[in-house]
Amino acid sequence: MSLSDLLILLPQAFLLVWASLLLLVDLFISKERKVITAILGAAGLAITLGLTSGQWGSRATGFNQMVVVDNFSVFLSGLFTLAGLVAIVIAYDNMRRTGIHKTEFYSLLLFSVAGMMLMSAAADLIIVFLALELLSIPLYILAGLAVPRAGSAEGAIKYFLLGAFASGFVLYGTALIFGATQGTSLAGIMASIQSGTAELPLLVIGAALLLVGFSFKVAAVPFHMWTPDVYQGAPSPVTGFMSIGAKAAGFAALIRVFSLAFPSLAGQFAPIFAVLAGLTMVVGNVAAVSQVSIKRMLAYSSIAHAGYILMALVPLADPSVAANSTASALTYLVVYGITTLGAWAVISAVENADGGDTSVRDLSGLARQHPWLAAAMTFFMLSFTGIPPLAGFWGKFYLFRTAIEGGYTTLAIIGLLSSLVSAWYYLRVIVMMYFRESEAGASRAPSIQIAAILLALAVLVLGLFPSGLFQLALQALANGVS
Amino acid sequence: MTISWLYIGIFLVVSLGLPAVAIILAGILAPKKPSPEKSIIYECGVDTHGETWVQFKAQYYLIGLVFLIFDIETVFLYPWAVAFDRLGLFAVLEGLLFIGILTGGLVYAWKKGAFEWA
Repeated sequence: MSLSDLLILLPQAFLLVWASLLLLVDLFISKERKVITAILGAAGLAITLGLTSGQWGSRATGFNQMVVVDNFSVFLSGLFTLAGLVAIVIAYDNMRRTGIHKTEFYSLLLFSVAGMMLMSAAADLIIVFLALELLSIPLYILAGLAVPRAGSAEGAIKYFLLGAFASGFVLYGTALIFGATQGTSLAGIMASIQSGTAELPLLVIGAALLLVGFSFKVAAVPFHMWTPDVYQGAPSPVTGFMSIGAKAAGFAALIRVFSLAFPSLAGQFAPIFAVLAGLTMVVGNVAAVSQVSIKRMLAYSSIAHAGYILMALVPLADPSVAANSTASALTYLVVYGITTLGAWAVISAVENADGGDTSVRDLSGLARQHPWLAAAMTFFMLSFTGIPPLAGFWGKFYLFRTAIEGGYTTLAIIGLLSSLVSAWYYLRVIVMMYFRESEAGASRAPSIQIAAILLALAVLVLGLFPSGLFQLALQALANGVS
Repeated sequence: MTISWLYIGIFLVVSLGLPAVAIILAGILAPKKPSPEKSIIYECGVDTHGETWVQFKAQYYLIGLVFLIFDIETVFLYPWAVAFDRLGLFAVLEGLLFIGILTGGLVYAWKKGAFEWA
């Protein structure tokens, strides 16, 4: 290890040190002034965002080629830090209102973000596993933060057991790939496949095990069983962060590993990805229709969105489409991230003070008393559905277009039909808010309102000017991944 | 390839045989003078008192965990203390950093009231 190695991972290292110190500093902040902890946590994320965006445009490897910092990792690191910032803003008010204001939240969130950033910079399967653990373990604890509540405990235990199970798959896959290629670095694996020294059956089984492990993380059907319970039980701000952070980190690993290490296997894996994507879209959207709890509904909706993104990994074998389809996956991750954080911000504001479950009915009449929150929620639901001119429409447009270009028209049609189904449950929320008698009470904290409105504006602006984001995503792939 | 499997086979036989030989030899050679003290359950050399099926306070595990961390720290610090004059400044700083992180953990547990036996 040398100093230049540390410089490459400076954003991650800074965030880890900051999180550790925050844990200690928080001990000496009195109970009435815990807002300082929240501000310090947000400041750490903001500085990290600055540090990581300074690395845009360059490409460097460090720690014996185990980590690589390129535009891809910077792009996703930006997404992770921003998601963390929004989660802190949402969480401060929500957790105080529901009486679960445990200040370890901020440190754990920072640890998790650091793990996600490391995941996006992983160039070696060992680092992939390490980052997976670093991002998951704080999330297990965060899911159980409201722990006297039975739902939170159930969700946390479920998430922990299934998450550990998934980590086992990743580790076993790594071991088999190491056996097949005598290496764990992504570049080394590719070289070994190309030179023909790799033992193919072992390698394919290993890659399939990795796929299973990552599918757990992104909540793809049939590895989605934990999602509704965890999303419902965890505190709403945590769920909001989890729904984008863990998913985007899972996709970061999928894209890195499957486009860097196994490009020659992409042909064999295309049908598997296609089946996964199709199943995930259909099951997620159909199961969401019958949900009473809005948290469970959004959990199934997040499964469906994972399915849309998985569609982008199907045509990786075709070099003329691969760059565009990966870029559309990144674009969709950003669009989905903004929308889902916004939706969870509104739910965090509406949630009862006893922290009990929030049903779709709890939103009825929201427009009367909280017109801004209702308007923002309308934007998010329409964006989820994919109504132009909102960001969600363009996200889906790019995904479906690359699927058709890659020759997977059937898949695109399945996606279109299932997102037609999704319109029913998204629009039901809007109907509840605007055309039902008023029942809803919500937090009047300005921080959540401002966050929701800003995110709604982002959804609108990205919808009006979509090409900028897509170009940025293409640039993110330009120096390393594709 | 086959030669390395042969090594694994030899190691397997030796690793199974060695403890078996040791136990059998001890059984043959050891003088047998049984007494009531010798036949009670071994608990770190201290006589056991009362039932073993008792409830432990949850606090016990917290203190146990903190103890364990420092127990392991000692194991790490022994080689460091023996060799630090040959390892140079870097290793000294590394060791101090390690102690610092552990102390941070101790301060955290202390402030959170992990040691209050209430």
